[in-house]
Amino acid sequence: MNTLAQRSGIVPEPIARQPWEMLVPLVLLTCFGGLVLYSAGGGAMEPFALSHFIRFGVFAVMTAIIASLPRDAVQLLTYPAYLVVLLLLLAVEIVGQVGGGSQRWLEAGPIRIQPSEIMKPAVVLAMARFYATLPAGMIGSWRSVLPAGMLIALPIGLVLMQPDLGTSVAIAFGGVVVMFLAGLPMWWFLSAMGAGIAALPLIYFFALHDYQRARVTTFLDPESDPLGAGYHIAQSKIAIGSGGIFGKGFNNGTQSHLDYLPEPHTDFVFATMAEEWGLMGGLFVLGMYALILRWGWKVAAEAQDRFSALLAAGATATIFFYIAINLLMVMGMAPAKGIPLPWMSHGGSSMMTNMICIGLLMMVNRWNRMAPRRGLAS
Amino acid sequence: MKIPFLQRGPQKPVRMISASLLRSTFERRAVLIGAVQGGIGVLLALRLGYLSVAENEKYRLESESNRVNLTLIPPRRGWILDRDGAPLASNRADFRVDLIPERLVDPQATIDRLGELLSLEPARIADIKDKVATSRGFAPVEVASGLRYEEFAALSVRMPEFPGVVPQRGFSRLYPTASSVGHLIGYVGPASGEEYDKDPNPLLITPGYKIGKDGLEKQFEKELRGVPGARRVEVTAGGRIVRDLDTREDVQGQPVKLTIDGPLQDYAARRIGLESGSVVVMDCRTGDLLCMASMPSFDPNSFSDGIGGVEYAMLRDDERVPLRNKVLKGLYPPGSTVKPMVSMALMQAGVDPEETVNCGGGLRVGNRVFGCWNRRGHGSTNMAKAIYQSCDVYFYSMAQRIGMDPIAAMARRYGMGQEFPLPVTSQFFGTVPDPAWKMKKWGREWQTFDTVNATIGQGYMLSSPLQLAVMASRLATGHHVMPRLTLDTKPKGFNDIDFPLDQVEYVRKAMSDVVNGPGTAGRARLPIEGTLMAGKTGTAQVVSLSISNGKSGPWKYRDHGLFIFFAPYDNPRYAGAVVIEHGGGSGAAYPIARDVMTFLFDPAKGLEALAALEAGWGGTAQQRLEARYAAYAAERGASVSRPPRRDEEILDRVDAEARRDAAQTDAIANEAIAPRPEANPSAIPPGAAAAPAAPAAPAAPPSPAPSAAPAETAT
Repeated sequence: MNTLAQRSGIVPEPIARQPWEMLVPLVLLTCFGGLVLYSAGGGAMEPFALSHFIRFGVFAVMTAIIASLPRDAVQLLTYPAYLVVLLLLLAVEIVGQVGGGSQRWLEAGPIRIQPSEIMKPAVVLAMARFYATLPAGMIGSWRSVLPAGMLIALPIGLVLMQPDLGTSVAIAFGGVVVMFLAGLPMWWFLSAMGAGIAALPLIYFFALHDYQRARVTTFLDPESDPLGAGYHIAQSKIAIGSGGIFGKGFNNGTQSHLDYLPEPHTDFVFATMAEEWGLMGGLFVLGMYALILRWGWKVAAEAQDRFSALLAAGATATIFFYIAINLLMVMGMAPAKGIPLPWMSHGGSSMMTNMICIGLLMMVNRWNRMAPRRGLAS
Repeated sequence: MKIPFLQRGPQKPVRMISASLLRSTFERRAVLIGAVQGGIGVLLALRLGYLSVAENEKYRLESESNRVNLTLIPPRRGWILDRDGAPLASNRADFRVDLIPERLVDPQATIDRLGELLSLEPARIADIKDKVATSRGFAPVEVASGLRYEEFAALSVRMPEFPGVVPQRGFSRLYPTASSVGHLIGYVGPASGEEYDKDPNPLLITPGYKIGKDGLEKQFEKELRGVPGARRVEVTAGGRIVRDLDTREDVQGQPVKLTIDGPLQDYAARRIGLESGSVVVMDCRTGDLLCMASMPSFDPNSFSDGIGGVEYAMLRDDERVPLRNKVLKGLYPPGSTVKPMVSMALMQAGVDPEETVNCGGGLRVGNRVFGCWNRRGHGSTNMAKAIYQSCDVYFYSMAQRIGMDPIAAMARRYGMGQEFPLPVTSQFFGTVPDPAWKMKKWGREWQTFDTVNATIGQGYMLSSPLQLAVMASRLATGHHVMPRLTLDTKPKGFNDIDFPLDQVEYVRKAMSDVVNGPGTAGRARLPIEGTLMAGKTGTAQVVSLSISNGKSGPWKYRDHGLFIFFAPYDNPRYAGAVVIEHGGGSGAAYPIARDVMTFLFDPAKGLEALAALEAGWGGTAQQRLEARYAAYAAERGASVSRPPRRDEEILDRVDAEARRDAAQTDAIANEAIAPRPEANPSAIPPGAAAAPAAPAAPAAPPSPAPSAAPAETAT
């Protein structure tokens, strides 16, 4: 394989060769997010905006390190990494049981790690690795789906026990997208979808917790509880709708500044933004995401081998999942979920997950560049 | 797409899945996912545009209504002024706290905590809990008013802990003379849920807003109310006020100008002292009511922040009925105070005032003897003597002559049994009995003893102190004086000269002699040179002699003491009436009239007399009320039953009791009254030469008066 031939010639690429088509939107988006958090913090860098920038800086270094990883090392470390994260998840469960009550993170000194977040890219990596090594002829047989299903089901089971429905759906989404792209028979997906729809009522009545059920009811009928669970979404829509085309102006958002909008700096940061910057701000954010995701798909399309292609696509899908669910939620088209908006919401965990995904994409991008353009099908 | 079970048949060779096939599958599916993602992106953009453009106006409004809080500013209530413009009811800026029950999360704990912060009495806390439990959720309940700034500030900073608690700056009603004007002015209170149902005006459930509940406050509600102001403030979701946006000032209610003389009202109320009674004083030249004091009373200041359980229990249990406005709703047999009026009726019926009747201590009609209060008799008695010595026999015999109907008609002309066009919530108008009335009411024939009773103001005859005062001013002026209570109404009745001047002057002179001559109320003489007061005493018996002698024994069996008066006697300026319930006779009434009139002509002298008395009574009426409350609360505070929820129920109950009490004397109306001795005939001024004339009569045993026989036809 040509990758082996390339390994000896690794030298840092000149800055001009960096993927600026993604980096520029990313930095713009993060800066804009910082601006919105500045306003959400009552017109001050503290407490949100400053730490937002610092985190971005720290995770950018991490991203650069990930981007520079060699392919062999990645392929070698994929399963062990997955295993480690799985153990961490188990540890969370044990600590939670011992401490009494649910817990989603592990604390190591000042750092708080949420293993379920790291699990999202880890599942994508593991799935990509699995399908890359699976002989092509086995696609379509039970052996193509059972081990992969285990790879997804184990972490989901642990995360569900926390309980954290949102994150487990995100993990499943990343995994299923990789399965789909790996070429499993289409009718499997269609029948699974059908079964899922049939099972929805059962899930609603037997599997969901009360508060989760309340979210669903509220989503279906927001007026049923205008001061309770429906309040969040109603206030978010008011914030977005009252912004109009050009918004109320920087630092002039009343919904966020007067506390009507809940979580104006995390889940509902988009509403905070749209109130002050209006439709224009919203379209800008959507545009930046479109550029980033388009680059992600381009990386996947240019990937030299099955592993990097699936990896790049899975990482892109994971990022997309965050964006889509969050935006659908703030605009009142999905139930309220604790899913933040990448690079805009204040919060370390989601920033880390998304930056890992970006790092993985940059890594694949670098691999692509080092190989000759794919002409002869691998 | 390959669906295996559909692919049976001839296409036997299964397609080999190769790496390149997987690659192309990947690319096709990547395009599919990318397209779905793009679709979602477009959907989001459309949704965003829809929200921020198409629905912009709706959400902008909602955002504004979130942000801006409109609060009504209760209008300052109009003042109630006395005739000189001094306030009887004004407003005081203060800090207050209200609760809105439906917004409370944990009412009990919140109220306890508030009680602790504001150091409220336990009785007060119990009252608040009670009100919160029984009130309609939206109607605010007052916790406290008149807070000190520190208390207010301490509470305001804790607002987030106390949802449903509204501390605010506002105005509360202030009655400077407190209990002296309680019955006259009434009081204010928050609107009840029923009142809000009738008039769903958001102002009614604005904390701190109060409406008139009784008396003039209720009667002039429309004028006093004013127009509310409004304040727009920017608030956070938690209710914290960020800044004021704009404010529209309230418009204060119209003032109401009364004819009442504030200092006189206060003086009279205090002068009643430990007694239970009322004082009415009128200006004879205009009909102005200068004073309508009714005591004991309640403190309208304390009623206005809610009638407390202990307070209500204390007032309800008091047999002197502090909740009843006795000026308008106390009905008493007028007793001998009707004699000047009866004299006018006699003269109009053609009786010569100089004609004498020999009083031997009683009058025989048929086989019955009706006694005079003076068992020894008054001897030869003309009309003037019959007035100043209050001789019953003279009136018995003359009334037998002219019959009851002219007397009843004259009584009505003098205001008895009449309702006056005054702005009061209600007034009782008593009874002027006549044969037709008795037949209708009791289904019985009018008897001789009915006439006898009526001529001395007993039997079925009942009137209110206000009516007695009107009678006094009509006797004094000879005009059909109508009382008025507000300065913007026209004086009425001065064009009608109802009564011939010579007769009026005759009665005036006789009434002057009651006080200044050889009459029954010598001690009522004014201590002012050259100002002579005229009057007429009355002692009204409430139970038969077999139950009580009227002077001692249980309070509620004692005789009422009455006195009507005017001064100066020859050119009357002021007239009035004093009624002391169960005062034991007219001796309880006329010293009060004397001091009140003294105060009117010479305030310093009047106050001097009052100061001496109040030192003995233990303070002013207000001080005594407060002391009594403290003692009552200490003794019974824990065991009181709760007051009716609605003020209307309290007022209705008071009215019902007043009606019941007014019927007390019906029981003795079925027989002739044996009149009690008038106050102190022996206390006539030393110079009274006529005194020895009275005992000259005993020689003549009870003998029918010459004119008695024809009078029998009086039915």
